[in-house]
Amino acid sequence: MAALNIKKGSSSHSAYDLRDFHSEVERSHTLAVIVENEPGVLARVIGLFSGRGYNIDSLTVAEIDHKGHTSRITIVTRGTEAVIEQIRAQLGRIVPVHEVHDLTTEATAVERELALFKVAGTGEKRVEALRLADIFRANVVDSTLESFVFEITGTSDKIDAFAELMRPLGLVDVARTGVAALARGV
Amino acid sequence: MSRQMTGAEMVVQALKDQGVDTIFGYPGGAVLPIYDAIFQQNDIKHILVRHEQAAVHMAEGYARSTGKPGCVLVTSGPGATNAVTGLTDALMDSIPLVVFSGQVPTFMIGTDGFQEADTVGITRACTKHNWLVKDPSKLSETIHQAFHVATSGRPGPVLIDLPKDVQFASAEYTGPKTARTEHYRPKVKGDLDAITKLVEMMETAERPIFYTGGGVINSGSAASQLLRELVDATGFPITSTLMGLGAYPASGKNWLGMLGMHGLYEANLAMHDCDLMINLGARFDDRITGRVADFSPNSVKAHVDIDASSINKIIQVDLPILGDIGHVLEDLLKVWKARGRKTNKEGLGKWWSKIDEWKKVRCLSYTNSDTIIKPQYALQRLEELTKGRDRYITTEVGQHQMWAAQFLGFEAPNRWMTSGGLGTMGYGFPASIGVQVAHPDALVINIAGEASWLMNMQEMGTATQFRAPVKQFILNNERLGMVRQWQDLLHGGRYSQSWSESLPDFVKLAESFGWKGIVVSDPKELDDAIMEMIEYDGPVLFDCLVEKHENCFPMIPSGKPHNDMLLSADAEAFRGGAALV
Repeated sequence: MAALNIKKGSSSHSAYDLRDFHSEVERSHTLAVIVENEPGVLARVIGLFSGRGYNIDSLTVAEIDHKGHTSRITIVTRGTEAVIEQIRAQLGRIVPVHEVHDLTTEATAVERELALFKVAGTGEKRVEALRLADIFRANVVDSTLESFVFEITGTSDKIDAFAELMRPLGLVDVARTGVAALARGV
Repeated sequence: MSRQMTGAEMVVQALKDQGVDTIFGYPGGAVLPIYDAIFQQNDIKHILVRHEQAAVHMAEGYARSTGKPGCVLVTSGPGATNAVTGLTDALMDSIPLVVFSGQVPTFMIGTDGFQEADTVGITRACTKHNWLVKDPSKLSETIHQAFHVATSGRPGPVLIDLPKDVQFASAEYTGPKTARTEHYRPKVKGDLDAITKLVEMMETAERPIFYTGGGVINSGSAASQLLRELVDATGFPITSTLMGLGAYPASGKNWLGMLGMHGLYEANLAMHDCDLMINLGARFDDRITGRVADFSPNSVKAHVDIDASSINKIIQVDLPILGDIGHVLEDLLKVWKARGRKTNKEGLGKWWSKIDEWKKVRCLSYTNSDTIIKPQYALQRLEELTKGRDRYITTEVGQHQMWAAQFLGFEAPNRWMTSGGLGTMGYGFPASIGVQVAHPDALVINIAGEASWLMNMQEMGTATQFRAPVKQFILNNERLGMVRQWQDLLHGGRYSQSWSESLPDFVKLAESFGWKGIVVSDPKELDDAIMEMIEYDGPVLFDCLVEKHENCFPMIPSGKPHNDMLLSADAEAFRGGAALV
C-alpha cells in the first residue's frame, strides 16, 4: 500500500516531495524561526539543539518587528531528512515560536553573511591582500600602515574562499555574523 | 472586571477565576505574601505537603483523575529544585500542571542571594513553558496564559517564577477573558483527506489493529466514548500502552490487553503481524517498539497525534494525521459511517482466529503457591475484591507496576495513574493522595513496591492531616524487584545493591502516623486482609509479604523485536545484545 512512500509535499520544485526519509545522507539546511521576542526564547531554541543532540553550524538572531515583539532566528544545521523534520517539529512545539521555515526545501533562498577580516602585513603581501579584496568586493573599514580590516558580504562559501586567500597574506582575526536568509520572490 | 490588588492577591484571584479548588504546596520565605493571601480566603484549599516533589506528584494525581490542571506552590531555591523531578515526570507523561515558585526580589536576582536559584533556567528543560514575571502589571495575564498553555494542545507542566517584590507590588488585575492566547492555538481538527484515506485503508485491511495511548485519555472522556464506538462497530482488535489503559474497557470484547516490553503476548504478536496499524495518541516509545528495525515490518502505519514532533520521530509512518484524538475520531466515525460502515469481514474473521490462537498461550499464567503469596495472585485478589467499586489506582515504578497493568482491569479513563515516561519511583504514594483529595469518597489504592514507597513515605503525615483514606498496597519482596530481575537475567545473578535492607516495621510505622497497618504473608488470609483494608475508614498501610524471587513475564528483552517475546526465563535469549536500557 505504501511501497513508494510518496507524499504530496511542501517542495516548491515538484508536486511531490520525493525526499527519502530513510536516507543516511546528511545535508545542510537553513531554518528561519520567527519567535516572540521574550526573555529566554533563544535559550529555549539553543537548549533544544543541545538537549536533543542536533548540530548548529551557524545562528543569527535579531528583533525584526519592535511593535510586534518578533525576532527572527536563522539557523544553519546539518542532518538527515528525518532529523531535519524532527528539528522543525520540535522547534514548532516551543510555545513562543510562531513559525518555522526550512528555506532549503520550501523555496530557493538568498543567503548572506557578513564578515570582518583583520589582515596584517607590509610590502607585496599587503598590496596583494588589497587587490584580492577588490576582486571579492570587500571594503576596507579600518587601515593602519601594517594592517587592514576588510568588510565582506556574501554567501558563506564566498567568505570561506576569501578567508583561505587571506590566510597566507597575514590573516590575524575573523568575525563572522552567521547566515541571514530570506526566501526569494513573494 | 479590573481592579487594583497586590501580586499575591492576584495569584489567588486568578486561581479562583480559573476554577481551581485545590493547591498543593509548601511555604518558604519567597512565597510568604502568597501564603498570606491564601490565609485570608476559603475558596482554595491548600494541601500542605512534606516535600515539594510530592506536591507535584499529588497535583499530577489530581490532574490525571479529574482532567483538570493541577496546581502547586513552592518557595524559591530548594523549593523549586525539589519540584524538578515532578515537573519532568509531568512533561514526559503530558500532564497539565501550573506551578508557582517564589523567587528572590527582582533587584537581588543574579546576586546568589539566600535561597536563590535560576528557576526558569533549571526548569526550562522540564516544563512545556515557563515565565519569570518581573512586572506586576503583567502578572494576571501571565497566569491566565499559563493555564491556557498547560491545557491546550499536548498538555504539560508550566511554571511561573514570582519574585517576592512582585508579590508585594500592586497593579491592575485582569480576568481570564482578556488574556492574549491567540499566538498559541494548536490545531485540533485533522485533515479530512487524510482521515478519508485512513477510512479507505480500514475498509480493506485484513489484519488491522488499534494501538492507543495516553493521548486518548488527555483528549477527554468524549474521545474514549468515540473510541469505544469505533472499536465496537468495526470489530478491530485494540491494544494500549501503559498510559492509555481505561480508554477502552478491559471487559470490552476487542481488548487484547497492554502491549510492550511486559505487555501481553497476543497484543505484541498482533502488533508484529498486523497489516494496518492505527496509532491513536501513542508515541512509539522504546518500551513499545523493541528493536525499531523489526517493528511491525509488514504494516501500513497511520498515526494520529496532536504533537507534530511525535510523528516520524521513531517510526516512519505512512499516514500522519495531526490533530486532537477526539476531533479526529469524530470525523473518522462520520466518514466511515457515510461510506457504508465497511470492513473486510473475511479478513477480520481470520485475523481474530489467529489472535485467539495466541490467546491460548495464556501468557500471564504463573505458578501459584499455597504457602507464599505470589504478587500476581495478590493483584488478582485485589482486582476481584475491588472491581465494580468507585476505584482509582496509582502505582510506583517497577515489577509491581507491570503486574498491576497486567492483572487489573480498567473500565474507564482517568482511573489509572502511573509514571510511564520518566518511571519515577516515589510517584504513586503522593499521587494517590492527590487523587483522594479530588475524589474524597472514592477507593484510592496505590500499588507499590516497598523500595519505591519509601522514597516519599514522609507524605504519611499529609494523608493523616488531610484525612485522605488512601490505601497503600505494598507488594513487599524486600527487593528492588525490577533491578533484581535484570540482574538475574542479564548480569549473571549478581544482585548488586538491589535488596531492601533495614526495612521498617510497616505496621508500627502506620500506627505512629495514626494509620492502620496490616501485614499478611499467608495466601489463605489475603482476602480477609484486603477486605479489612477496603472497609477501614482511613489510610491503610498494607504490607503484603510476597515471593521474593518472582520475575515479571512476559518480557521482550530490551533491543529485541516483538516476536522474540519470552514467557519465562530463558538464559539463552538474554545472551548478548540485549543490554540496552
